[in-house]
Amino acid sequence: MEQKIGALMLNSMDNVAVALENLKAGESISIQGKEGLVKVFKSIPYGHKIAVHPILKDEKVIKYGECMGIATETIPVGHHVHVSNVRGLNKEDKTAVTLKGGVEK
Amino acid sequence: MKFFKGYRRSDGSIGVRNHVIVINTVGEVASLTKKVAQMVPGVIPIVHQAGQSQSLEDIEQTMNALLGTAGHANVSGALILGMGQDDTAEEIVKVLKNKGRHVHSINFNKTQSISEALREGKLWLENAKERSENEPTEMADVSELIIGLECGGSDAWSGITANPAIGAFSDSIVKDGGTSILAETTEAVGTEHILARRAVNEAVGQKFLDIVKRYEERAWAAGENIRSANPSPGNKVGGLTTLEEKSLGCIKKGGNSTLMEVIDYAQRPTEKGFIFMDTPGYDVESVAGLVAGGSQIVLFSTGKGSPTGSPIAPVIKIGTNSKLYQNMPEHIDINAGKIIDSYLSIEDIGKEIYEKVISVANGEVTSSEKHKNQEFSIWRLAETM
Repeated sequence: MEQKIGALMLNSMDNVAVALENLKAGESISIQGKEGLVKVFKSIPYGHKIAVHPILKDEKVIKYGECMGIATETIPVGHHVHVSNVRGLNKEDKTAVTLKGGVEK
Repeated sequence: MKFFKGYRRSDGSIGVRNHVIVINTVGEVASLTKKVAQMVPGVIPIVHQAGQSQSLEDIEQTMNALLGTAGHANVSGALILGMGQDDTAEEIVKVLKNKGRHVHSINFNKTQSISEALREGKLWLENAKERSENEPTEMADVSELIIGLECGGSDAWSGITANPAIGAFSDSIVKDGGTSILAETTEAVGTEHILARRAVNEAVGQKFLDIVKRYEERAWAAGENIRSANPSPGNKVGGLTTLEEKSLGCIKKGGNSTLMEVIDYAQRPTEKGFIFMDTPGYDVESVAGLVAGGSQIVLFSTGKGSPTGSPIAPVIKIGTNSKLYQNMPEHIDINAGKIIDSYLSIEDIGKEIYEKVISVANGEVTSSEKHKNQEFSIWRLAETM
């Protein structure tokens, strides 16, 4: 049986995917744009983000192939990525030549 | 097929529609504009309240918007109504006649009765309508299309379905030599460094940073802090974490192409490819600016179903979710919600948008045209005096 698609990666360089429906803790979902399954750690509402690669503390969170924020703690695969573990960019981040992790554009 | 049948104008531009319009230059003659348009079937009235007692920057902005609208490639003939000693209408006619465009002005003043003026307008419009019906079309390449990119009534899906799909389309048409114009400066706050980095050269990147700064300063003066107000509590419930993420969802309508030029409100691009126009986030004023800048078609993503259209350019509505499409089928042209529930890819919807653009350029009537959604308003910067 074909596995249902639970989340969508907006760009192949992203380390997060967007839940297309409410994801339940413990279920394994397939992700459009990525091979293999990802196990959901805790429930994630639709429209919210799930980590599809491990993101270390102070690394970039990448969505749309762009840096949308900085992880404030290490986020393992399958975890909810939101305000509790991500902060927005400050001036220094934007002017910095390189930030740790992610893909420089 | 990447060609369309268009109307070649004397100034070299090419239209996808062949409208005859009446437009006022001052708010005082708004009702007379509607009245004279009603006297000739098929004539479109374009009515607004701007034009009088404005600051210098607003006079210039209003003039650009009126010139761009009356002289638009989708317009076959334009009757321009003015009042009293104000010479804006004559000024517009002078500029457009120099380009060989079919235009005429009438000034309401004490030398002529209202009924005489209306009769003069009716006669001119009847001739203009007849003239438009005999105008030929010719085949043109998509590289001659300018497509405006807009969103209004956004929801949590906008940045996931419709906007990235519009971005995929934008990258495709740019690759084919065409032009897309992204707008809404307020929505770019927080991602200005990303767009600036995509600029073709430093001057273009700097101009983009400047217009964002100018916008933020105006918002500050009005007591608004765009950065601290976004993402809103409602946005966060919907899953948006940072301002950068929210703004990315909006600017991704412009895909990943190189930013070739940054233009002022209602200004026509001089470059092809991906362009940014300085407009407010208010969709009616933004669409009016995009169209005055030469966009023959506008793509409009919506999650809540904003009905905003244009009097002269077909607006293609792209719904972000299937529920909206089911509830308002007569109002939405493309359902990007299929990315969520039919597992179509962003590229699939991008292709569907491209096919729709070609079909609409060839005459297919959009939902907003069918329902005569003809909103028009010119962006004002300062107080009325």
